[in-house]
Amino acid sequence: MDFDDTPAEAAFRHEARSWIEANAPHELRPWLERSAYTTLSLPGDMDSVAVQKDWQKRKYDAGWACIHWPRAYGGRGASPVERLIWEQEEGVFRKLNTLFLINLGISGPTIMECGTGAQKASLLPRCASGEDVWCQLFSEPSGGSDLAGLRTRAARAGDGWVVNGQKIWTSGAQDSDWGLLLARTDPKLPKHAGLTMFTLKMDSPGVEVRPIQTIHGASEFNEVFFTDVHIPDDQRLGAVNNGWRVALTTLMNERLFAGSTLPTGFEELLDFCAGFETENGLAIDDARVKSRLAQWAARSSGLRYAALRAISQEAKGQPPGPEHSIGKLVAGSMMQEIAMFALDLEAEAGIMADPVHAPYAARFQAMLMESPAQRILGGTDEIQRNIIAERVLGLPPDIRVDKDVPFDQIPVAGK
Amino acid sequence: MDFDFSDEQKELQRSARRMLEKLCPTTRVRAVLEGEDDFDRSLWSAVAEMGFCGAAIAEEHGGLGLGYLELCVIAEELGRALAPVPFDSTVCLFAEILKLAGSHEQKAKYLPRVAQGALIGTLATSESKSAGRGAINAIVSGGKLSGVKCPVLDGSCADFAVVAAYEERDTSPTLFLVELGSPCVRRDPVETLDPSRKHARLTFEGAPAERLGTRGDGLEILSHVFDRAAVLVAFQQIGGAERALEMARDYALQRVAFGRPIGSFQAIKHMLADMFVSLMLARANACYAAWALESGSTELPTAAAAARVSATTAFQHCTTNNIQVHGGIGFTWQFDCHLFYRRSNFLALSLGSQSQWEAKLIDRMRMRNAA
Repeated sequence: MDFDDTPAEAAFRHEARSWIEANAPHELRPWLERSAYTTLSLPGDMDSVAVQKDWQKRKYDAGWACIHWPRAYGGRGASPVERLIWEQEEGVFRKLNTLFLINLGISGPTIMECGTGAQKASLLPRCASGEDVWCQLFSEPSGGSDLAGLRTRAARAGDGWVVNGQKIWTSGAQDSDWGLLLARTDPKLPKHAGLTMFTLKMDSPGVEVRPIQTIHGASEFNEVFFTDVHIPDDQRLGAVNNGWRVALTTLMNERLFAGSTLPTGFEELLDFCAGFETENGLAIDDARVKSRLAQWAARSSGLRYAALRAISQEAKGQPPGPEHSIGKLVAGSMMQEIAMFALDLEAEAGIMADPVHAPYAARFQAMLMESPAQRILGGTDEIQRNIIAERVLGLPPDIRVDKDVPFDQIPVAGK
Repeated sequence: MDFDFSDEQKELQRSARRMLEKLCPTTRVRAVLEGEDDFDRSLWSAVAEMGFCGAAIAEEHGGLGLGYLELCVIAEELGRALAPVPFDSTVCLFAEILKLAGSHEQKAKYLPRVAQGALIGTLATSESKSAGRGAINAIVSGGKLSGVKCPVLDGSCADFAVVAAYEERDTSPTLFLVELGSPCVRRDPVETLDPSRKHARLTFEGAPAERLGTRGDGLEILSHVFDRAAVLVAFQQIGGAERALEMARDYALQRVAFGRPIGSFQAIKHMLADMFVSLMLARANACYAAWALESGSTELPTAAAAARVSATTAFQHCTTNNIQVHGGIGFTWQFDCHLFYRRSNFLALSLGSQSQWEAKLIDRMRMRNAA
């Protein structure tokens, strides 16, 4: 056990730090420090997509874009520990990766795992460099937690496929060049058995993106509609009707990826409490406040070190198991609790959500409105608990009445 | 960087588990819980023979000269087995105080006997009051200790205690080594939450006391010792928490109600998943603290407090829900659930309460951030 760098790791850290020092957009640092996790707040006249693409491309050209990928696809074959060091050094500039969360965490790894040689060669370098932005076309109105219940249909047509249907909760679809699409190719088979994965060009005729207005006003989520969209067969990823297995690869990546770095709001809360005057003096001097803070402090450090332990596991050649779905489970509800606690300390001033008038530039108000999403996207808290219970603790799976029934005979509405 | 125990440390842990599975089934814990004897003597001999008491004591003092990481994995296994032996008192507290503040002569005199398991030591600070003004009234005058300490872990069986007392008219306490076999010490057993770890009330009436550490530095030394002990006890708590979770899981798989194993109901599955989460967070914090302890890092005060808070939460969470998963049968004397419930609630208080550690954690984080 050693939480310090070896000499080789220290040298790598120095190299990473020097490059970031010389190349990062340091003028954006104060803006990024104030930005929430998924919502960048940059100067008003700044094009957020262009800024993010620029940083990604600069990293790519110097070999820092996705350092754990093989060299052939734009990485440098870095070890899990080197990846950790890079992420630590990239620090606040990691928020500029928001646009590429799907590229790096989901599409890239899935193509690498399941793509043909030609698909890898044509898609992966542009995926790494950020020249192509990717989105994930999985969830549907009738397939969220029950993802395998999705109904978007891909039917054979000549040498390709024709897609009709609808996706929902697609982050970043409006900025995306490509989508990773899971569709039903055989409704006569049971639900998990009739799915196929495709890559889809988002400018294909018949693709329509409509933003969803969410409870915090921003519209990073979308609905995506497909009307007779043609996909050539060479854009199929993996075998026909093998899409569920491909999706599991993807979802495992999503979980690991999400688990390692999610914010909890704790650092902000500690900072806030150290400076906020209540009627009994500084909030942090109140024993009850300390007690709550300490519980969150221990959860937050526990998450950090659990993620590190996953890295050591990976470094020894054992892929981190489903237990690492705890990251999102803990961080999501923690952020919500922290936001509510901070607002309680603010008392009536907490009603205001205007950054000019509300305490702490209204960051906890923003956190309050953003946090429900963190408990739902990428697998709800309840799905995460099922995963831990079934796949870590070995408890029986839920009873699934539709599992072995041909998909087209599953009832669609309650009686 | 490597955030895991080494293969050798894991092997040591496996050998400790094998030994304890053989020698310390819960029937042995129960025997101490229900009996008059202070601890399980044959188990203590076996623990000492394995070298566990002296794992982190230097070879020049008769120990194995390994390190704290080894001691941590041993502590986890003793915690898992609820071992009814004076390990935390003797190894985690008494030996650590000597290592930290003892003179050359004191180390040479006591540590080899601790390493052999031939000496039981403990720490006597509490006087039945919570911290603060008037918490310590014991006085040493002319080398003789007078006062009352209660509750003292292993107070009935320990050979020596480190006692916090005021020397003459000092304004801050000093630590003293006191031989408890002295006729000037009276020992009365006290009933506790967890009778598998006995406590006593000690009355000192002019007992000979030998100063340990610098005069007036008692609280300073204790603070450092408690940080070290908190890490070791955190591993005991984690060991116990994991076992309680396993008991609950096994029962949920085997018990059928409404025509299904109760472990197939989400209400039970999610409860168990949450227990697992607490445990995993506690283990991660404890590993970081173990590294801070072993490497002598300045992070230790913060890391130890986080490990302590996290482990106390996890152990109480797992033992409480273990009873809940078992239902009524978990509330019976015959089932083992209460052994874990008792231990978790005893350990939650033994080095200071949860709220005291919570305050320490936040105060220390503030100090660190300010520095």
